[in-house]
Amino acid sequence: MGEPMFTKQVSVFLENRMGRLAEVCTLLGTSNINLRAFSTADTSEFGILRMIVNDPDRAAAILGKSDYAVQEVDVLAIQVDDRPGNLAKALEVLAVDGINVEYLYAFVTPLEGQAVVILRVADDLKERAVDLLASEGLTLLPPDRVYAI
Amino acid sequence: MRAAIWHSSGSIERRTGDGELIWDPYHESMDIENRRGLQLRRLRETVARVAVSVPLYSERLRGAGVDPCGLQSIDDLRHVPFTTKDDLRDTYPDGLFAVPSEEVVRIHGSSGTRGKPTLVGYTREDVDLWSDVMARTLGCAGGTSHDVLQIAYGYGLFTGGLGLHYGGERMGCTVVPMSAGNTRRQLTLMKDLGATLLACTPSYALTLAEEAREMGMAAEDLSLRSGLFGAEPWSDGMREQIEAQLGLRAYDIYGLSEVIGPGVSAECTAQSGLHVFDDHFIPEIVDPATGDPMPDGEDGELVFTCVSKRCLPLLRYRTGDISRLDRELCPCGRTHARMTRITGRTDDMLIIRGINVFPSQIEDVLMRVAGVAPHYRIIVSREGHRDALEVEVELAPEMFSDTIRGLESLEAKIVEELRATLSLTAKVRLVEPHTVERSMGKAKRVMDKRQGE
Repeated sequence: MGEPMFTKQVSVFLENRMGRLAEVCTLLGTSNINLRAFSTADTSEFGILRMIVNDPDRAAAILGKSDYAVQEVDVLAIQVDDRPGNLAKALEVLAVDGINVEYLYAFVTPLEGQAVVILRVADDLKERAVDLLASEGLTLLPPDRVYAI
Repeated sequence: MRAAIWHSSGSIERRTGDGELIWDPYHESMDIENRRGLQLRRLRETVARVAVSVPLYSERLRGAGVDPCGLQSIDDLRHVPFTTKDDLRDTYPDGLFAVPSEEVVRIHGSSGTRGKPTLVGYTREDVDLWSDVMARTLGCAGGTSHDVLQIAYGYGLFTGGLGLHYGGERMGCTVVPMSAGNTRRQLTLMKDLGATLLACTPSYALTLAEEAREMGMAAEDLSLRSGLFGAEPWSDGMREQIEAQLGLRAYDIYGLSEVIGPGVSAECTAQSGLHVFDDHFIPEIVDPATGDPMPDGEDGELVFTCVSKRCLPLLRYRTGDISRLDRELCPCGRTHARMTRITGRTDDMLIIRGINVFPSQIEDVLMRVAGVAPHYRIIVSREGHRDALEVEVELAPEMFSDTIRGLESLEAKIVEELRATLSLTAKVRLVEPHTVERSMGKAKRVMDKRQGE
């Protein structure tokens, strides 16, 4: 134990303006931050950019210094076999226990036949979610490995 | 025994219940009836004098049928005509001065944000009086001669810097005359000198707090105990934020150059209204539209009559500031009437769909909902024949939740609270940090696009 279980995701608040997304990517790129995966959620007025990067603490600091509203949040990274029904199994076990999945997104990995799913649940339920997933044989990918994908 | 303390130099100390100093206990804690007697004597003398020495007043008083020597009580003040900012502009630069120019030792002026600046003058006695009411102001905030006072109000024609400066020296504080701006240097000196009192505009206090955070400076690194903030409207929300971030107690101070500058009224440690130094400046509240006097406790326009000044003793000066008066006695022992924090300006008041709206109300709502005082901008426009109110709110890091649902419910809560407070439906837009313009002096938070239509 003592090893962190949860992957840190960097979330940034963005107004829906031309070029804002590009500015973030440029800023991170010039600071040698590599994007592993990201997703966006938006309304007509604003959006949230959620990123998995190689160095979340440094990425958040860089963005914060440049006056972005930025937050690091704990997410669950689970590795699933790229086969039909595997993700459903994970979601089901959480739903049965009444744990709401706030959002999720997936990315494929260089590993043959493996996908990584990033999943966010309420902070006070995340430990419980890990136990439930483990009972279904789904294990968390350690943060170090996620950052290094 | 009275005779022994019959002077206003404040050399006799009296402490309030909390142990802090009342600078001039004789005048600040005077029996109400005695003070009314003093006010009346001073008022009669002033009216009689300006009726002779200021042409505008001789004409006005005659026109209104006021016998300059016939005032029987303070209540007769209501028959005296008002003086307005326009009167100062029309007689620019010195047409209302009541003394020959060789007696004038100082000129100050208003910022002139609306049209030509207006100038005010002081005799040596006026500067002395000003120093004294500023020492009272510092005393209200718990200041003593042991304090280090950092002044981050602008120095110059603006009265803020020099007013605090003279008060600080009168009290015997160590005065650090920084003037406004140069934020990093302010913070470095504040830390190195162990400044205990800070005087600046409330929005600049927030700028200082923000910069301190960026410099990695915590409130504990500073020695601040009290802040004296004024020269622009602010809210309880801002007060809480300033107090938390700078680790001090934030006191409201009030004044305007036409009356004397800062030093017209000041909040004491009870933080429950500002004591008006009414032995010198008699306050009234009038209806902004009709000019009729309003009862204590009701919101209206503040009007002051200066009864101790030599150079510019304005009679019933319309300040344009909205406040109300409370004559209940304060636990601090001062017997001055108290005015509430300025809630708006008669000319900043926005009338949106027929409803009076003050920016301070919106600020309070944001503070209540967000838990922090975010930077914001109010935009009023016309959509068809209807007024539209939009509030842009900067998303502070503390307000950011990483879900759309969280942000949308924050928006909805602000809309709902604004509706409950203002009876208006506003559009609320969350914007990125640092997109609303920052201010060094007075904040410009309102954009009224209806003007000129």
